[in-house]
Amino acid sequence: MPKTHISTQINGDSYEFLCNTQQTLLDVLRQELDLKGSKEGCATGDCGACSVMMDDRLVCACLVLGAEADGKKIETVEGLSSGSSLDPLQQKFIDLAALQCGICTPGVLVAARALLEKNKSPSEEEVRFWLAGNLCRCTGYDKIVRAVLEVAAEARNA
Amino acid sequence: MNDMTQTNLERALKIVGSRPARPDGVDKVTGRALFGADKSLPNMLVGRVLRSPYAHAKIISIDTSKAEKLEGVKAIITSADFEDFPSEFVPNGEMVVNMKDITRNVMAREKVLYVGHTLAAVAATDEDVAEKALALIDVKYDVLPHVLEVEDAEKSDAPLLHDDMITIGVEPMPTSASNVAKRVEFGLGDVEKGFSEADLIVEREFTTQQVHQGYIEPHACLASVSEDGQAELWCTTQGPFVVRNFCSKLLGFNAAQIRVTASEIGGGFGGKTVVYLEPLALALSRKSCRPVKMEMNRAEVFTSSGPTSGAKIWVKIGVKNNGKITAGDCVLKYQAGAFQGAPVGPGAMCAFAPYDLKNVRAVGFDIVVNRPKVAAYRAPGGPISEYGVESVIDEIAMKIGMDPIDLRLKNAAKEGTVAPYGPKLGPIGMIETLEAAKSHPHYSAPLGANQARGVASGFWFNIGGETSSSITINEDGTVGLTLGTPDIGGSRASMAMMASEELGVPMELIKPIIGDTNSLGFNFLTGGSRATFSTGTTVVESTREAIEELKKRAALLWEVSLDQVEWVDGHARLISGNEPKTMSLAQIAKQAGKTGGPIMANCSMNVTGAGPSLGTHIVDVEVDEETGQVSIVRYTAIQDAGKAIHPAYVEGQMQGGAVQGIGWALNEEYIYNDKGELENTGFLDYRIPVCSDVPMIDTVIVEVPNPNHPYGVRGVGETPIIPPLAAISNAVSRATNKRFDELPLSPPKVLAKLMHG
Ligand code: FES
Ligand code: FES
Repeated sequence: MPKTHISTQINGDSYEFLCNTQQTLLDVLRQELDLKGSKEGCATGDCGACSVMMDDRLVCACLVLGAEADGKKIETVEGLSSGSSLDPLQQKFIDLAALQCGICTPGVLVAARALLEKNKSPSEEEVRFWLAGNLCRCTGYDKIVRAVLEVAAEARNA
Repeated sequence: MNDMTQTNLERALKIVGSRPARPDGVDKVTGRALFGADKSLPNMLVGRVLRSPYAHAKIISIDTSKAEKLEGVKAIITSADFEDFPSEFVPNGEMVVNMKDITRNVMAREKVLYVGHTLAAVAATDEDVAEKALALIDVKYDVLPHVLEVEDAEKSDAPLLHDDMITIGVEPMPTSASNVAKRVEFGLGDVEKGFSEADLIVEREFTTQQVHQGYIEPHACLASVSEDGQAELWCTTQGPFVVRNFCSKLLGFNAAQIRVTASEIGGGFGGKTVVYLEPLALALSRKSCRPVKMEMNRAEVFTSSGPTSGAKIWVKIGVKNNGKITAGDCVLKYQAGAFQGAPVGPGAMCAFAPYDLKNVRAVGFDIVVNRPKVAAYRAPGGPISEYGVESVIDEIAMKIGMDPIDLRLKNAAKEGTVAPYGPKLGPIGMIETLEAAKSHPHYSAPLGANQARGVASGFWFNIGGETSSSITINEDGTVGLTLGTPDIGGSRASMAMMASEELGVPMELIKPIIGDTNSLGFNFLTGGSRATFSTGTTVVESTREAIEELKKRAALLWEVSLDQVEWVDGHARLISGNEPKTMSLAQIAKQAGKTGGPIMANCSMNVTGAGPSLGTHIVDVEVDEETGQVSIVRYTAIQDAGKAIHPAYVEGQMQGGAVQGIGWALNEEYIYNDKGELENTGFLDYRIPVCSDVPMIDTVIVEVPNPNHPYGVRGVGETPIIPPLAAISNAVSRATNKRFDELPLSPPKVLAKLMHG
């Protein structure tokens, strides 16, 4: 099967890759580009472990085709920190123990960052509904929600 | 052990009990951490599995010849590639396994016993080729009638899954085969006499459905066997040593031939304690002499890994009008799945264990059905039996007009209570958690319309087991810890904290890693709430041994006898002499070459003395009488941790367990059609709680130290999944004035009960 040539930008860097038409963006990230931070929990759009940003829109990378990334800007968990400084969400998740096994964490962080870009002062309910597509089986969500609310509050007071 | 414990508990703790950052935190928030599916090797093949479309069928033939000819196919395996085993039971933590069954579950032999049962596996150059090859494998079946529910499976005319299975534990021994693998019984006193003394007797039948651990990371592994038979296996598991032993046995390797490295693990909850893909990947790699990577998709995780039992249970409790329980009796029938080994033994043992009862009996049956073979799931067996008992206790409290916490307090087990399963209990925190629940503001907060409050307690044993870890003192005074129990929820932090506390060296200078199976003696798996207890014990012991060695080296350098040196705050200190003289760990380490060579210590032991952990949960629910929807309005989990080494991760266990319990109580269930096919094989239909389904989970950590751990640790991982089932059912029953006896309390079931009683 002929492969399609795709040019895209991921976490600010230019990437070119070949993919076949049915390959998902998640497969491309993980298998072709070796960006293993985005996780596959279901491949059906139900768990959010593969959450990435595509042109400022939060998407499940398992539901997007690799070919759709052509000419787009993709951001993954690998792009959250800059240099040696973590995104405040990343730091807060460590400080508040908002992860246990950590498999959901990349997706949760990407989704939470997207929320805080849109809404500087989300209520607990807004955080909970925004993150309803990101399954976490370990934490019971309590510390995740607290971490997101604290980061939002600290950003407002900064 | 006791003296040592005393000194620790009396000494002011600097690190233990605080909330430092976990050593693997940055790796996990940046996407660096490598999980089961995150590793690749050059020249790697992809392995895929052919699974049974039938719930029960005889395999007449498997023809792989067409598939073998497909370009890109490098190896195909069937049961012919696996040695057979006679029936032999091996303990595996809280569960018991049988090699004869394991080899048949890993690769079906005479029959397929559930939809999703493995029949063959293919290794090919890519996924497409592998999938095409699977389609070319020709299997001829003789389809047999199947059975899914325990009440059908135990009938005399039920389809038999194993025609040689004679029920164990029944006198006289049955002469014909059945689907009932065994009967167990635990108890004390005289139950009939106890009931004759009761003023009130309540008995009730309950049903629970099969549920899955629901870890977000599917099973995955990468095997590489070289031409000389040396094997490397990378996999997501709770126990790399256990995987090594199962795989070497199944495939005829010796233990030294297989090195297993545990990846970071994306949740397990008991489900990653046995092998599924690992022996297949090894066999395919051995056949092709190329690395083979295998991953389950989500549907395969649901149909073909090891969920826990659905069950039918019957509970009867007699009580005096003053609330004193005179007798308790229960019968538990648990689904084992396709092979025996339902967790009905532990279920029966813990059913009444929160209470001090003189007359008690628990009978359990392990029943095979055409569903996947169950594996451990967080306190295996406990949530089911205790759900029944805790529901009846609540019903009694309502009937005699007593507060449900007071009723529990009146009957609570305490130090010295003879547990229904035999032993006399050491110090335990049942009374303490109940008192903490009663005085918690949640318990007296006002309720809204259509709301009610439920309470339930839970008991879990916890385990110890074979454990081995080591500590190295580096030349610059930093410290390495090698641990053998995979870290699922922050245990590396707890281990480094205990070593830091002992050594008096900042935690940042201590690097804990999980070793592979070549770096330590055998370690039983992370499970049974044992990691912080057992590995923690070995870490403290080996750290103390290292401190002795450090003191020896200081004594050598000072030219004094060892008894002149003590260890204080990361320094050796000379006890006598006019001038206070100290030498830091780093100074001693730097001179280790001169004083006898590198400093390291290890501790390998079979850790005993695990302390049961008790919990009590309070939940407020709101029931929408129009739709049957139950919402969790407020939740508080209270638990005796013995000692919380890192309280944030203890709270995390309590919160995560509570929410898994909420899922079990409200939504989760395996739904089969009449062909025995699982209908909800994805997270859309098998609905685990999402963030917007639950409120904050308030926690209270009670600390009644376990005298058998240097810091008093009990283990906390499992208990918190037990109370939610009954606490929620009790709350819904109180909100609606109808006694609920079936899980999950999903809207259609609640509505049906509200409409028809
Ligand atoms: S893997 Fe994409 S949503 Fe689950
Ligand atoms: S931390 Fe394990 S799934 Fe979220």
